[in-house]
Amino acid sequence: MEAPILQIAGLRAVFRIAGRDIAAVQDIDLEIGSGETVALVGESGSGKSVTSLSIMGLLAKKIGHIADGHISIRRRDGSVTELTGLDAEQLRRVRGNDIGMVFQEPMTSLNPVYTIGEQIAEPIRIHLGKSHREASAEAVRLLTQVGIPDPARRAKQYPHELSGGMRQRATIAMALACDPTLLIADEPTTALDVTIQAQILDLLADLQAEHGMGILFVTHNLGVVAEIADRVAVMYAGRIVETGPVSEVFARPRHPYTIGLMRSLPRLGQATALKAAGKPLPTIAGNVPSLAMLPKGCSFAPRCPMAIDACRAAVPPLLQVSPTQASRCIRWEEL
Amino acid sequence: MSALAPYLSVRNLTKHFAPTAFSRGPVVKALQDISFDIPRGQVVGLVGESGSGKTTIGRSVLRLIEPTSGEIRFDGKDIVKLGAGDLRRQRRNMQYIFQDPFASLSPRMTIGQILTEGLDIQRIGNRAERRARAEKALAAVELPVDACDRYAHEFSGGQRQRIGIARALTLEPEFIVADEPVSALDVSIQAQVINLLRDLQLRLGLTMLFISHDLAVVEYICDTVIVLYLGRIMEIAPAASLYARPQHPYTQALLSAVPSPDPTKRLKRQILKGDIPSPANPPSGCVFRTRCPYVIEACAGVVPELRETEAGHLKACIRDDIPA
Repeated sequence: MEAPILQIAGLRAVFRIAGRDIAAVQDIDLEIGSGETVALVGESGSGKSVTSLSIMGLLAKKIGHIADGHISIRRRDGSVTELTGLDAEQLRRVRGNDIGMVFQEPMTSLNPVYTIGEQIAEPIRIHLGKSHREASAEAVRLLTQVGIPDPARRAKQYPHELSGGMRQRATIAMALACDPTLLIADEPTTALDVTIQAQILDLLADLQAEHGMGILFVTHNLGVVAEIADRVAVMYAGRIVETGPVSEVFARPRHPYTIGLMRSLPRLGQATALKAAGKPLPTIAGNVPSLAMLPKGCSFAPRCPMAIDACRAAVPPLLQVSPTQASRCIRWEEL
Repeated sequence: MSALAPYLSVRNLTKHFAPTAFSRGPVVKALQDISFDIPRGQVVGLVGESGSGKTTIGRSVLRLIEPTSGEIRFDGKDIVKLGAGDLRRQRRNMQYIFQDPFASLSPRMTIGQILTEGLDIQRIGNRAERRARAEKALAAVELPVDACDRYAHEFSGGQRQRIGIARALTLEPEFIVADEPVSALDVSIQAQVINLLRDLQLRLGLTMLFISHDLAVVEYICDTVIVLYLGRIMEIAPAASLYARPQHPYTQALLSAVPSPDPTKRLKRQILKGDIPSPANPPSGCVFRTRCPYVIEACAGVVPELRETEAGHLKACIRDDIPA
């Protein structure tokens, strides 16, 4: 069997704060196959971005590091590389070549003093060893592929001359420049308007059908997850609390946090009925706990309507609830 | 005041941002000919994408920015013509809740100081009375009164937004502009804050202008929704009617672009092509025509008037044959 594009096992990343190591993520296991989109969803502080930064080797060195676990990726030539042991130079080669990255804010991930074309051509020259002329032509071809009209002219423009949606298309072109096996998209549509978000989600799905790369899609938006992902991992307070195919998790969530999150998501057309009945919007009581002061046992227990003493005694393991779905809740059968 | 007169009445509000000594370029037409009413005790939602003019309307009605032309009447009084002193007295009744609970609270002031600053400026009450009002406002937003002696950084995003709401309440205003009050918050906290705002609005009889880019957020709290595009109103309708029967092609596209949290409903979206045009050079006629799937030649010729298609439901589109 073909190795997965991305395999994470037992990942634990810590931040050193006030002389103490605080785990930002722990016990993370995740796999992505080729052509598969896996969404990592969670609220602020859940650890979804720390997970994606760990894969890319981009944790701020002074304060954060990977304390435990393995991250390996399958490269274009079929070889599998373990990323956790690599030095900065080796990692840099993997990043441009085999992992493409798209971030939330296209304006901050583009360099304002270089043209769009130069920025897309750069990785093609550095990683694929093409000449300036070849790389420039390739950049224009990539801009066409990501749906930018008049690509030859746009390639000569600077980031500030493009709209937010166009800039995000340009960063996607840059991420795809070396035909990566894995694309990490960290909240790529969060800064965009909904009509532009719809365009970008469509574009990513089309590009995936064409290139067959695996996509790790980090987002806080369950609607986006339902729209784009094959599988989903729901994160809470640094751990994956539920994972499975999108169709199963959305049809039958098996963790109280996932259920609460889905209920509190405003859905078009439903609020009118609640308002007419004089009912409040469903919420999850309380706040996300601080990672420095996680409660004992299940981190969600203090906000969970179903918590019992056993929940507070020990961190529940990820329990298999179906051949494909798993939940970190000891009472999943009662949900 | 007669029972039928609206509390806030905006007529032909236009705002053009002219280039300054520091910014070159053309005049940006942020708002063009905006008219709407808010009856007392009601909530009107303003929705639209970036650059549609939502915030410019919110700031204009409090005269935090000066309108280029038009009337803004509170209880019949046109505040565009008020001098500085009269405006300050009028502002007692008008408060603003900001989007970013991190940027809108001073890190150097205690929560007590933040909450009483407006009272100090308006010279309301003595020290003890101001403190009492601050504590009352904290109780209203369900925060402990000892928050008064703490600083903003000690609170989470959701708690800070509650503080922002409490600040708006200390002056006991009649009217509040809430500008994307939950956009910076996590989903599970968003619903808590919307419930709180709805409660307060009903209990205190507040009149509110609620600005959001998120159609789903607006639905619960608003009585009426106004859909903006490129500085113009596309559609105005009672919330229930807008979500059930959107009539303007832009509203339809906007609703259909919201990702549905139901994976079985994929691919039913209608995707708008292209970007919002620049407000410095808006299209002639209907500003939406460059992206409209139903555009016809006549759309370039005239700016469509808002016309009533059913009771209280108005759209600015010349066509009557748009499928629902």
